[in-house]
Amino acid sequence: MPSLLFYLFALITLGFGLMVVLARNPVTSALSLAMSFVGLAALFISLDAFFIGTIQILVYAGAVMVLFLFIIMLLDIKAESDRKTNVAAIVGAIVLGSVLAVQIATVSAVHHQSDLTLNEAALNLVAAGNQMAATDKDLPTISKDLKAGILPDTKLMGLALFKQYGFHLQVMGLLLMVGTVGVVVLSKRDKEVAQ
Amino acid sequence: MGHLLANIDLTFLIASVVKIVFLTFLVILPMVAYSVYAERRFSAVIQDRVGPNRTGIPLTLFGFKKDIQILGIGGLTQPMADGIKFLLKEDFTPKSVNAFYYWLAPCLTMVPALMTCVVLPFGSELRLSDLNGLLSWVYGVIGMADLPVFSSVPVPSVIADLSVGPLYTFAIASLGVYGIVIAGWASNSKYPFLGGVRASAQMISYELSLGLSIIPVLMVFGELNLTKMSIYQDANGWLLLPLWGEGLSLARWVLWIPMGLSFCIFVVAMFAETNRLPFDMAECETELVAGYHTEYSSMKFALFFLGEYAAMIIGSGLAVTLFLGGWSIPFGPLIGLGYSAGDTPLWLGLLHIGVFLGKIVFFILFFILIRWTLPRFRFDQLMKLGWMVMFELALFNVVLTAFLMWLVPLK
Repeated sequence: MPSLLFYLFALITLGFGLMVVLARNPVTSALSLAMSFVGLAALFISLDAFFIGTIQILVYAGAVMVLFLFIIMLLDIKAESDRKTNVAAIVGAIVLGSVLAVQIATVSAVHHQSDLTLNEAALNLVAAGNQMAATDKDLPTISKDLKAGILPDTKLMGLALFKQYGFHLQVMGLLLMVGTVGVVVLSKRDKEVAQ
Repeated sequence: MGHLLANIDLTFLIASVVKIVFLTFLVILPMVAYSVYAERRFSAVIQDRVGPNRTGIPLTLFGFKKDIQILGIGGLTQPMADGIKFLLKEDFTPKSVNAFYYWLAPCLTMVPALMTCVVLPFGSELRLSDLNGLLSWVYGVIGMADLPVFSSVPVPSVIADLSVGPLYTFAIASLGVYGIVIAGWASNSKYPFLGGVRASAQMISYELSLGLSIIPVLMVFGELNLTKMSIYQDANGWLLLPLWGEGLSLARWVLWIPMGLSFCIFVVAMFAETNRLPFDMAECETELVAGYHTEYSSMKFALFFLGEYAAMIIGSGLAVTLFLGGWSIPFGPLIGLGYSAGDTPLWLGLLHIGVFLGKIVFFILFFILIRWTLPRFRFDQLMKLGWMVMFELALFNVVLTAFLMWLVPLK
């Protein structure tokens, strides 16, 4: 991706991220967050991570944010807009933010970025494809793509998730299931109390 | 500034812009306009009426005796008359609305609907070098023989050949719901608000079955790239018409059952996602006046209308590409009209585009037929259908496909 587009999408992500905090209207905040997600998705796509970028929009911007917006719209907007500034919250945010900034600065100082450009350090997809074809005979689609010089990011991600981390994925699924059942039980109980 | 623009590929950029302008402004928007006309004429046929049949080129305005009816069919200029009417009407903004979001909402409906078209392969490929003979003749006539000619590399007929095709379409289409929700909220009025709330609940519910319904399809293709899916179907029979190539194997015929089920779920969910009858709860006239666009007039209302039809066309395009072979001609390889990479003549490439558009037109007529023959669901029935029937059916279909693919492996 041309670096011009990187700056554009970085600006969209950060600018709308700032709007989330600064806007007085909750609906504006929610929509700015959605726009920020879209900018972030574009950055993912610029790194050849098409699947993650698309899922970022589909799950966060498309579904979760609509639910948020749904809840915000049923609230009293006036009361939210007229709220006084909370000094303690601002101070807390600044402190937390600077701690995070120090942490990022420390990590990036230790982690040495190599001086190679993208052209010099290009991924050798064909070699990876040949290696994959030799070791993994069950999945010809991935090695075929790699040999053709295409990065099959979705398939590689699926392979890592279901082959390498299959057990972890199922544990996560179980956790989410427990959460869902818990929500159903809690909301049912509330109804009975009300009656 | 120079180094920022250094790695932009200019040829690619120009080709993409030409394709975007062609597909959006010369194909989808005219199709939107004429599907509104088709809807009115077709519904008239169903209800034994005549429909709009008078509009022609208004020569009587200039003192001639008769208006010209194009091709002798009355009303073919109706979309233009509608467009002029929408543009010239007063653009009224009610006093109590939230002005910024009131103006933003129509754009948020229209833009995602048009953006989704970039991953659709609307044809195989165009070998423009076939035109080089003609081009050098023209150059000879104007006396400048050394002008550039087309390279022999064919241009693929898809704007962005992404490796996440259908997911991209779903992702951008899911942003379309913001337009409806915001329209309902910003209008600051009771009925539009109810329409917006209904729309968001409905779209989130049916997005699940829409996404799950294509998983069996992806399992069969082993691929998320819509171009590769079309090429596979062209060589080996459509998913729902496996009559040539590898399509004649036992595995493909066994898989026909879950694929048919997938197709049904996909189409029903698509009706719900595009807010078409029998699922148009968001603008249900009998209960909500006109739903989320009650407070809108003139071109802003027209944008909602156009957005709905554009979403319909692109949804049809996706259904055609996934299940009905995309641009592929039925029995193409058997009668010599099949695609072969880099070796498809220009006329065949153009014919493929024509076939794709023809299939979409057929699908839109199906949409219209459903709209004018089925009554509207009640909102609770709609939610019940989505969560209790469609969702489970789609999940079951995934398991069924996996089982059948294990029992009778492909290839």
